[in-house]
Amino acid sequence: MIRVENLVKAFGPKLAVNDVSFTVERGEVLGFLGPNGAGKSTTMRVVTGFYPPTSGKITVGGYDVLENPLPAKRLIGYLPENAPGYADMTVAGFLNFAAELRGLHGDARKKAVGRVVELCFLQNVLYQDIDTLSKGYKHRTCLAQALIHDPDILVMDEPTDGLDPNQKHEVRNLIKHMGEKKAIIFSTHILEEVEAACSRVIIIDRGRIVANGTPDELKARAGNAGAVHMRVKGLAAAALTEGLSRLATAARTELLKDEGGTVELRVYPDRSRANGSLTRDVAELAAQQKWGLEELRTEEGRLDEVFRAITLPDTVKAQ
Amino acid sequence: MDAWYNIKAIVKRELGGYFTSPIAYVFLVIFLLLAGFFTFTVGSFFERGEASLVSFFTWHPWLYLFLVPAVGMRLWSEERRLGTIELLLTMPVTTWQALAAKFLASWLFLALALALTVPVVITVNYFGDPDNGVIFAGYMGSLLLAGSYLAVSSMTSAMTRNQVISFIVSVLILLFLILAGYEPVTGLLSRFASPTVVEVVAAFSVMTHFEGFQRGVVDARDVIFFASVMGFALFATGVIIRGHRAG
Repeated sequence: MIRVENLVKAFGPKLAVNDVSFTVERGEVLGFLGPNGAGKSTTMRVVTGFYPPTSGKITVGGYDVLENPLPAKRLIGYLPENAPGYADMTVAGFLNFAAELRGLHGDARKKAVGRVVELCFLQNVLYQDIDTLSKGYKHRTCLAQALIHDPDILVMDEPTDGLDPNQKHEVRNLIKHMGEKKAIIFSTHILEEVEAACSRVIIIDRGRIVANGTPDELKARAGNAGAVHMRVKGLAAAALTEGLSRLATAARTELLKDEGGTVELRVYPDRSRANGSLTRDVAELAAQQKWGLEELRTEEGRLDEVFRAITLPDTVKAQ
Repeated sequence: MDAWYNIKAIVKRELGGYFTSPIAYVFLVIFLLLAGFFTFTVGSFFERGEASLVSFFTWHPWLYLFLVPAVGMRLWSEERRLGTIELLLTMPVTTWQALAAKFLASWLFLALALALTVPVVITVNYFGDPDNGVIFAGYMGSLLLAGSYLAVSSMTSAMTRNQVISFIVSVLILLFLILAGYEPVTGLLSRFASPTVVEVVAAFSVMTHFEGFQRGVVDARDVIFFASVMGFALFATGVIIRGHRAG
């Protein structure tokens, strides 16, 4: 439903987004990751038609956002960064205003407002001015505005920013649930969020896409993905290391902890040979040698490691 | 039809915004006090012994100089400061609809302020027998004058997210529009410039074009002048807003 082709957005000489292409279909939740200033918000602003692109082609539901902005905008619900709202309006007034601009009148408007008020838990603050709201409520009010016309496409810039852990959980569930029927893009700094809600992740760094895949695919790119973590009691670390070094599928071992007779080790697979069998091999070896295994598990690799590995070195170089 | 609904929704919101905060009431009170002060004290309404509102309308270009930018300064700078401009312009609304609606709402508010001066008309009708056609023309001119000032304020408001800067720049531009045709200035200018130059400069002034209305003359050229000031300033506002987004 969203198709971005070779998007470039420049502000003066500075390229905020540099040749970004991606698509989002119905039923997909796309997570946008990246350091601050990487171009996440700019990309979203172009998709929603707020910024015209410097070059590139963006279509939303088949409509070109430059040539045919109104039908494209009708399909989108947008939660901008920092969840802006008219300070002097009440929550109810603001939602009614948004509904009217979305072409909802009379009963349809009342129904729509009632629906999002319930969805975003705004009953208690309905007649409060927006500038008196706490950050969480302000955020939910703006989210309610984005959902008011039950859009096919949702674009959300840091939808959980400023929410407490319970609210974060609610919003993540909401995104996941809505993602079954809509096309959703959201940006975040929180990596668990991506794992919890996204079907696909794009990592942007300095205006370019540096990674694009499912959360699992990205996690597999971590250095310790597929490594085996083991804890053994009553044996010397040296003996274990020695034993493990005879395994053909193990590349090397790393000693994580050695105190009070408990040893923790991480065994890295030899990627050319292991093929996912390392955990089984280690387990068999331990059974053979009668090691007192207390714990044995395969490490999944962590998204934050991948994120750092991809985005950090260059950022440091740039400074 | 959509355009009409959009404009209506935005006008309603803007007007609501004025009246939910004390700004509107403070403005109306100050406007009426100053209008009264200029008319009766500075303009010596009673001492003139005429059944006309000359002393009322004469001061409007000066009165509006500070009051209209006070209304217009927040039009776009506030949207930019709050970030709501991003919401507004990603709604299925064109920039021009938003622009026209916000302008119309403020103009309606100024029209309301002007309408509240009707007691002056009643007073002058009570004491004498004025030409109400002239008074009507005066009101029409005053409304066009306010609209032109407002359009200029809308333009300066789009330039910055700081309302104070917006106010000052707006007052400066308006001051130029007044002084270009203000007699002491044109008198000074005519000492070292040819009459044609003086005339051309004065033609840019709101004073020159507002004068006719005060005398009860509704000249198409004057109406066109005010309409083009509004058209130009609003067009510039649109260009500035688009410029921010184009980067």
